[in-house]
Amino acid sequence: MEMKLTIKRVPTVVSNYQDDADKPRAGCGRNCLGDCCLPASKLPLYAFKLDPAKHLQEEAASTKLLVDILLSEWEDRMARGLFRYDVTACETKVIPGNLGFVAQLNEGRHLKKRPTEFRVDRVLQPFDPAKFNFTKVGQEEVLFQFENGDGDDSYFLNDAPIIAVDRAPNVVAINVSPIEYGHVLLIPRVLDRLPQKIDPESFLLALQMAAEAASPYFRLGYNSLGAFATINHLHFQAYYLSVPFPVEKAATHKIPLSEDTMKNGVTVSKLINYPVRGLVFEGGNTLEDLANVVSNACIWLQDNNVPYNVLVSDCGKRIFLFPQCYAEKQALGEVSQELLDTQVNPAVWEISGHIVLKRRSDYEEASETSAWKLLAEVSLSEERFEEVKAYIFSAAGLVQSDEEEEEASEGEGTTTFAPVPVTPLPVAEGCLVRQ
Amino acid sequence: MATSGAPGPDDHDHDHGHGRLASSLTARYSDWVLEALDELPGSFLLTDPALPGHPIVYASGGLAALTGYAPRDVLGRNARLFQGAATDRAAVAGVREAVRTHRAHQAALLNYRRDGAPHWVLLHLAPVFHARDGTLLHFLAVQVPIAPAAATRGATCHAPGPLLAACRDEARVREDLPCATHAGKVFVDMDKRGLEAEEPRVASDREKEMATSTANNIVSALNRYSKLTGLVVSSKRCCSIGIPALSSSLNLSLGRIKQSFVLTDSRLPDMPIIYASDAFTSLTGYSREEILGCNCKVLNGPGTSLEVLEEINQHICSEQACTVDLLSYRKDGSSYCDLLHVSPIRDASGKVAFHIWVHLDMGAKHDFNGLAPEVWLLGAVGAVRVAVRGCQASTMTA
Repeated sequence: MEMKLTIKRVPTVVSNYQDDADKPRAGCGRNCLGDCCLPASKLPLYAFKLDPAKHLQEEAASTKLLVDILLSEWEDRMARGLFRYDVTACETKVIPGNLGFVAQLNEGRHLKKRPTEFRVDRVLQPFDPAKFNFTKVGQEEVLFQFENGDGDDSYFLNDAPIIAVDRAPNVVAINVSPIEYGHVLLIPRVLDRLPQKIDPESFLLALQMAAEAASPYFRLGYNSLGAFATINHLHFQAYYLSVPFPVEKAATHKIPLSEDTMKNGVTVSKLINYPVRGLVFEGGNTLEDLANVVSNACIWLQDNNVPYNVLVSDCGKRIFLFPQCYAEKQALGEVSQELLDTQVNPAVWEISGHIVLKRRSDYEEASETSAWKLLAEVSLSEERFEEVKAYIFSAAGLVQSDEEEEEASEGEGTTTFAPVPVTPLPVAEGCLVRQ
Repeated sequence: MATSGAPGPDDHDHDHGHGRLASSLTARYSDWVLEALDELPGSFLLTDPALPGHPIVYASGGLAALTGYAPRDVLGRNARLFQGAATDRAAVAGVREAVRTHRAHQAALLNYRRDGAPHWVLLHLAPVFHARDGTLLHFLAVQVPIAPAAATRGATCHAPGPLLAACRDEARVREDLPCATHAGKVFVDMDKRGLEAEEPRVASDREKEMATSTANNIVSALNRYSKLTGLVVSSKRCCSIGIPALSSSLNLSLGRIKQSFVLTDSRLPDMPIIYASDAFTSLTGYSREEILGCNCKVLNGPGTSLEVLEEINQHICSEQACTVDLLSYRKDGSSYCDLLHVSPIRDASGKVAFHIWVHLDMGAKHDFNGLAPEVWLLGAVGAVRVAVRGCQASTMTA
């Protein structure tokens, strides 16, 4: 008999239509995102410019259209009472320490839901139309369609027909259980009912959204199945938090690449002194170059059943990739009860250093050491990570140049994974606290 | 530009733009401040965080020698122009964080010269505050070239100690062409470097000290010239008096919001106004000095509906948001149809700290980015929530 690894967890409710998704429904008269309603509907449209990364070289300050629209529409949904709780009523703080983990106390996110069994040993699973998916979401939860306008400038239309006639529209919808203000879901080609699986075109769309937002504080994230995605319908998450994430400040070590590989301008580094081992992809002559390299790496991981998380940071210029094994350890009973009791699900945001805690005691006692301890459980072992890295490199067409690597690792010494002691800032701080 | 048709005020018109950049300094110090800065040694620049895009408003002659960019090449641009493909993004994130929280910061960065050649510099970033009310005026960025590790090791044996280096810098102020000697030294260093530039470098204590003392010299020069205009600047932010001030970084984030709005302090008696946006002052005719400390009822007049005011009150008491139509009055007594949205704003502890009052004159023409007016109004609320949450989360670490 086939062995099946599962964990029990409280599913995250991302839509108000999730709870009744299992009930049989005769017809549909409620403006959903399914075939019955969407093609005949009008929805706001955000058309991004042909080259969303263009402004990054320019000095224009007037490129915040996407963030402006997103925050306006999001606040509108808040005023309409579509969220399950007011996320701004959740306490938040930066934990003292070198990395500056951000902790949030969210006591309401998981209330009133029974734990459900999730299979965690299959990163790719076929789309199941019987389960909740985003075609069942009501249109009031959608902020706008997000399409390439093929022009020099971006624009927004409040009321536009579904323009993509030849294919399903990409939509941006609210997450009704937000973990920060502005938390949304980007659902590529919603009507195509794609399973949670990265492909180059969809991944490029996520990068285009980050570039179009033009703010380092607007980030996108992706969780594969087995790495704490709860819905098997292709989606990225995104939100706005004007604090740097610890992983963005973490030191990296560049992996030397052969000259031939360097042609597309993409560089790859390894995170050092961070609790979760991960790769950082940067640069690229075009967004497509970066999207192709990273999506090839993701495709290898999902095809080979390695759960992973992705953070799209720095306006789409910097991508963090974390293969992980927490859910597998959890299913095998290898995670301590102490950690399980916190009920923290280490998905992309937690791994990046924004940690949502469910119990007040965990929040009040949160320290760099406790955050480190949790995240260290997520990481692959050094040996397994190097093995996976080698596979990723060959899948993404990256060739490491050997001689330089030896030289570099000498200088670097052995990488140690432990919290760094807190040292005072090199320069004295001014007084900043609200007087 | 996005949907809005009209070009922004800072577009295209170069002379106008550069005049505005210069006045960022001359308006605050004196007309002679530029000459005084020109005489200071070292590679440095000043940026104005209150202008759109946070542009460079002053660049020293030493910067031209170090980077190959003449002052006219960089004025009006954001200082990120020195970064390039191999610049460490984590180091940039550190600098960005210092800018956001208005802190002094030193970081080793791989920057790029105008000809594309990479070079290592120690960036010393320091905020310059108005000494009396603590407003942030400028950022000062000093760039000191970092010598390769081997050269540094050699140098520390013979070089004068940090204290001496600082004295020498002071002495240079009195030299006729101080930049020339400094630049000459830089070029010698540059030639030796060549291809090893991409190897990470760590700044020596001497380089750090040099950056700090150069920065201190510049701040004292600014201070000398600021006294002429009655403004005293300081590298330390001091506390303001009277109405509790918002942190300078929060003030700055709020300054970027286009809508007409005020913030009132929900914890003080009579909920005084503690922030008013530029659009609000131009809509109502009240200056910021006049309106701060007042209650929002100053906008009421004989035609203002008491029922609607009561409705607002009830929503405030129950910590709910509301949007209402109201007749409001400007300072000159004229009235306008006001689409008013009032919403509680919670701080990082989750408690209601402020109320935002967003006003829209329904009779005036506006560019709503394609949104419905009542949704466009809410953009200010979202932006304030994001600013308050971000600023407070990080300042509560201390």
